[in-house]
Amino acid sequence: MLSNFLSYIVQGTGVTIAVTLIALPFGLLIGLLLALLYNYGNRWVARSAGIYSLLMRGVPPIVLLFILYFILSGRLINLSPFWAGSLSLGLVSSAYQMEILRGALAAVGAGQMTAARAIGLTRLQAIRYVILPQAIRLAIPPWSNEASIVLKDSSLVYALGVPEILRRAQQLSATTGQPFLAFGAAALIYFCLVFLTNRALDYLAEKTKLPTQPV
Amino acid sequence: MASSLILQAKNLTKIYGENVIFRDISLDVRKGETIVIIGPSGTGKSTLLRCLNLLTRVNSGQIFLEGREITAPGTNEDQVREQIGMVFQNFLLFNHLTALENVMLGLTKVKKLPKEQARQKAMQELSRVGLADRAGHYPAQLSGGQQQRVAIARALAMDPKVMLFDEPTSALDPELIGEVLGVMAQLARDNMTMLVVTHEMGFAREVADRIVFMEKGSIVEQGAPDDLFERPQHARTREFLWKITELYGKKEKP
Repeated sequence: MLSNFLSYIVQGTGVTIAVTLIALPFGLLIGLLLALLYNYGNRWVARSAGIYSLLMRGVPPIVLLFILYFILSGRLINLSPFWAGSLSLGLVSSAYQMEILRGALAAVGAGQMTAARAIGLTRLQAIRYVILPQAIRLAIPPWSNEASIVLKDSSLVYALGVPEILRRAQQLSATTGQPFLAFGAAALIYFCLVFLTNRALDYLAEKTKLPTQPV
Repeated sequence: MASSLILQAKNLTKIYGENVIFRDISLDVRKGETIVIIGPSGTGKSTLLRCLNLLTRVNSGQIFLEGREITAPGTNEDQVREQIGMVFQNFLLFNHLTALENVMLGLTKVKKLPKEQARQKAMQELSRVGLADRAGHYPAQLSGGQQQRVAIARALAMDPKVMLFDEPTSALDPELIGEVLGVMAQLARDNMTMLVVTHEMGFAREVADRIVFMEKGSIVEQGAPDDLFERPQHARTREFLWKITELYGKKEKP
């Protein structure tokens, strides 16, 4: 009975991972675009990106999730709760990822851009070959933090009826009357996923670290 | 002096807000010439260099590169910068690339050379500044002097028509200055056209064909090193030279 119990929750793990794997890259794509516009765009473009970030970060994710959900699975576009939830989560995350990348781009410094332009690289080439490779390295540790937040926030799509870990734990708790076992198992799975994600990104940061000691 | 004009600045003026950085500067740079610009800090020397390769826009005036106006609207600025090398006070090597990759980047991405050809050319330039054995090192693994020599190699790799040096030794420990000045002196002997902003009076005197003294945004006077050092025409030039030689411990009368 216990193994049935657990396997029911574990089946939700796949959904949780899928939601995260859609939300994170989608948020990264939009976050990166916004960060570049913020740092290198003209005044109005930069300001618009700033306002987007301010709005998205100023409202609880669950509220945004509901608003975006009703846009994304409304009359004009009609996505399934799974897709609408994942993309909405990605949009929420994009504002935070934008802030992370914006900071990283600024930390690379204006001098690198000047030096790149001085040898004849275009602005886009300079961003691609000089600025981004350095900014991304700087962004990995804070991005690792955001990745675990998105992973945990994926539990919010539970409210839209997507059968991920928390939704299943809730159902089990209700049908078996064993809330500690149900939510405890959910907590354990989330912890393991976050732990592994952070470990993997730490490894990536270590692998891409630039040498500082004399060879 | 029949050699041809490489770079010509006509009545350049740069203003930031209400701050006049320099006004009405005109300067001719001939092929193979080494010009050293000296003067007190904050007189617009560095800004002038940045304006010459279009990193900063002048408010008025014209700049010509081999007779073609590069301040004209519609000029491809990237193509202009490709032809004008620049070396910065704080080196500004690309931190995520090795010395070799730093020199190669412009060759592969701007000049579109095949990788192997770019590598050979880059190694050549690194040898020229005496750093072939440091090709695989990252900037953080190099001394300041070595970083600046890589930066010089990076600029040279583009086969520039003129090299601009913006206080290339000001950020260096005293014992590392020599190796950079040595490379620059060699370049001058190889007839590279150079425009150097520096406080190194010894280098100015020995290597320059012409010295330009700038103060408060204008050129006070210019001439051959011996003339300028021995017989400065303006009181301000005299004062500046006196101060700076005193500072550097050479108590010879200007």
